[in-house]
Amino acid sequence: MNAPLIGARVERKEDYRFLTGAGQYTDDVQIANQAHAAFVRSPHAHAKIRKIKLDKALKAPGVLKIFVGQDLADAKVGGLPCGWLITDVAGQPMKEPPHPCLAQGKVRHVGDQVAVVIAETLAQARDAAELVDVDYEVLPSNTDAAKARKAPPVHDGVADNTCYVWALGDKNGCDAAFAKAAHVTKLEFINNRLVPNAIEPRAAIGGYNRADSSYTLYVASQNPHVERLLMTAFVLGLPEHKVRVIAPDVGGGFGSKIFLYPEDVVVTWAAKQLNRPVKWTAERSESFLTDAHGRDHVTVAELAMDKDGKFLGMRVKTTANMGAYLSTFASCVPTILYATLLAGQYTTPVIHCEVTAVFTNTTPVDAYRGAGRPEATYVVERLVETAAREMKLDPAEIRRRNFIRSFPYQTPVALQYDTGNYDATLDAAVKMADVAGFAKRKEESARKGKLRGLGYAAYIEACGIAPSAVAGSLGARAGLFEAGEVRVHPTGSVTVFTGSHSHGQGHETTFAQVVADRLGIPIENVDIVHGDTSKVLFGMGTYGSRSIAVGGTAIVKALDKVIAKGKKIAAHLLEASEADIEYDRGEFKVAGTDKKKMFGEVAFAAYVPHNYPHDKLEPGLNENAFYDPANFTFPAGTYVCEVEIDRDTGAVKIERFTAVDDFGRIINPMIVEGQVHGGLVQGIGQALTEGCRYDPENGQLVTGSYMDYCMPRADDVPSFKVDTRETPCTHNPLGVKGCGEAGAIGSPAALMNAITDALGVKDVAMHATAQTVWKHLQEKNHARV
Amino acid sequence: MTIKVSMKVNGKPVSADVEARTLLVTYIREHLRLTGTHVGCDTAQCGACTVMMNGKAIKSCSIVAMQAEGADLLTIEGVAKPDGTLHPMQAAFKENHGLQCGFCTPGMVMNALDFAKSHPNPSEQEVREALEGNLCRCTGYHNIVKSIMAGAKAMGGKL
Repeated sequence: MNAPLIGARVERKEDYRFLTGAGQYTDDVQIANQAHAAFVRSPHAHAKIRKIKLDKALKAPGVLKIFVGQDLADAKVGGLPCGWLITDVAGQPMKEPPHPCLAQGKVRHVGDQVAVVIAETLAQARDAAELVDVDYEVLPSNTDAAKARKAPPVHDGVADNTCYVWALGDKNGCDAAFAKAAHVTKLEFINNRLVPNAIEPRAAIGGYNRADSSYTLYVASQNPHVERLLMTAFVLGLPEHKVRVIAPDVGGGFGSKIFLYPEDVVVTWAAKQLNRPVKWTAERSESFLTDAHGRDHVTVAELAMDKDGKFLGMRVKTTANMGAYLSTFASCVPTILYATLLAGQYTTPVIHCEVTAVFTNTTPVDAYRGAGRPEATYVVERLVETAAREMKLDPAEIRRRNFIRSFPYQTPVALQYDTGNYDATLDAAVKMADVAGFAKRKEESARKGKLRGLGYAAYIEACGIAPSAVAGSLGARAGLFEAGEVRVHPTGSVTVFTGSHSHGQGHETTFAQVVADRLGIPIENVDIVHGDTSKVLFGMGTYGSRSIAVGGTAIVKALDKVIAKGKKIAAHLLEASEADIEYDRGEFKVAGTDKKKMFGEVAFAAYVPHNYPHDKLEPGLNENAFYDPANFTFPAGTYVCEVEIDRDTGAVKIERFTAVDDFGRIINPMIVEGQVHGGLVQGIGQALTEGCRYDPENGQLVTGSYMDYCMPRADDVPSFKVDTRETPCTHNPLGVKGCGEAGAIGSPAALMNAITDALGVKDVAMHATAQTVWKHLQEKNHARV
Repeated sequence: MTIKVSMKVNGKPVSADVEARTLLVTYIREHLRLTGTHVGCDTAQCGACTVMMNGKAIKSCSIVAMQAEGADLLTIEGVAKPDGTLHPMQAAFKENHGLQCGFCTPGMVMNALDFAKSHPNPSEQEVREALEGNLCRCTGYHNIVKSIMAGAKAMGGKL
């Protein structure tokens, strides 16, 4: 009998191909007769296009065709849609200015696409793109969210650059709580803009087949079905059955490959115009300029407490930068995925959050690993740690005084937590991080002339996105279920088709573990297929740590149908009553007897139905299921970070980083740990090394390459101590919650809490470069003379 | 203007006429169709294009193909044994979950092979410093470092 696979450290099925160079990413795909596209992009943050001269470029060697915005307008190619409608405080819909796939008369950020040059070779396309002569009238620009309301309008008809002003919570109740507070902690900060930087740049190959008027798009995407739906229904006006979207191996996403991008539309449309496949792969500098960025919030936050440090209320005002256009899910990130998480792990009875979303002359901002939840955690956990220091309470103790301990728990910001045990993760983290020994380590650092600090973050996130009806009532323009299909082959091996997409998460392994465990068959007999709209029945894709909780559950539902049908077949074969058939690890048994049929025998009978209950059952063993979650899932945990700071240089060294997470049931601890490690370093990157900067004078992205945008490298980060505690999710059959984003959600606050502790200052701006820290040291006279 | 380049790649002699400006990585990917060598940036920072040239790890995006004239190249496709058995360094990455999306992985492995030849028993810090020229966005490096430490031991200083 097979050992249980749930909870086993199974090595990954996908590794062999990646380790031998046999992975197939979009840029690795070569289609016969393919042409190559290069985009002409705006060098200005804001400008009118007076004229585009194409004559020289059209004469360049190898050029097949050049398209500009007017060509798309003439062909009635629509703009890109936003997938989430936010209704503002006055009950009005958010402002949704057009988002053309090629600029229509105006460019609104550096990198905005103006024209596409298609040529026989990539080098020829790029050479000719240099010859496209665009006459711009440069306009004043603004890149700063805080200045947006008084800046020159990015869009006609949005005079104050305000997409919406939105609020959640009880404002009057909150004001009343603050009026009776014994202490109020207040912080103002910027949650810094980040560039996602999946190491595989975005890529797309459009193809068209005149024989049946069908299109095929290969694209580096996290959700091929959503890409198809948005592109066909909203932009190109095509029937879905004529468009196949394939997202093959995808080299990381982190949110940035959720969205429908202009280039995807342009290569698909152009393929028909040229009657040839058209391929485009971003250069890294294009990734910096056009992949949707993350974060960029300006926030004022206050926490009211009684004299014992019990939280009475929280008030938050945030201005969120949307960039120049609304990206696919941009509008829900600083609202639905942010304000709803402001209760954190605490019983704060009233919370009010107001969010102003603004347009600026910058790259669009959308979901990036954590999407709203890192920003919320940063607000809550910086406030809580600062409050503890101001009230002279131990930071763990102030958290314990306010933890939610009774479930289900209805927060004042719309969510209902189903389960959790915040003491368990905090206690474990305190122990693993050896907080008790910190004072001694701090003394040792002091003897070396260094400063040492310790910081906590106790985060919560809402994952398993999302109950469609709830999402719909909040403005979602799509469902958020997931689909799965279990195809049992005649000899009992299984191919599973999932609407989730794997771009590093290892679904081909974890999902196979779930299937093999549930059916009691060897994992080698299970393959997972994803990422192709012509193979997979439907899918909403992978983001928001939803794959195992929503996609995994859809598969479990389909497996249950397979087993239920198998019982009927087995009952017939064993001449027993269906009610007496039990399924146990690969065997259909007649209860209380030794009569049984193996899974493979039942599968065979379903496909070779000579002895079969034809009057009651169809042949075959192939089931699918759609699963719409009953609630979000709520992973939570505590991170403890310990830093040492060099007084002479301001350099911050992470000495210890401990993460204890509660992801519910865990399918593969090895993969879960890997997800946590990766998330932690993205969060550490935000806090220490990564800062996206625009030149305020001219709107140029000055951190536009790996030479000036500091990605964390191996020697910038430590090894981690990670562990988990399990409170199973109560509303999905696997008891799983999701683990993809936690690390990036909890780590910035833990790290900044440690740095501020070491320096003895209230706040330090992210990203805390050595220079930033050094300046604080000078002000505090910590520097050695 | 095209120029003829000839070299040995994964033990086999290859030659082609290429434009003078053709990067070595373009030659490997587009002409030889060895797509395991990846392009992740345009500033020689990410290391996804790392290959071994004459026994040394180099970034194949930062030289042109004709600079590799007569060279002996090893790409990720040539690392496993002919029967498909993984090289000890590849096996160590698999055992230690040293990869997620797989995009940076070939470059990581190629760089690790060069490093491990001279570091049969490296410390964590040595490995982290040796990875200076390779970016990974998925793993947080934790398991890559573990993989290379284990792989280097298994190699015992020999490729």
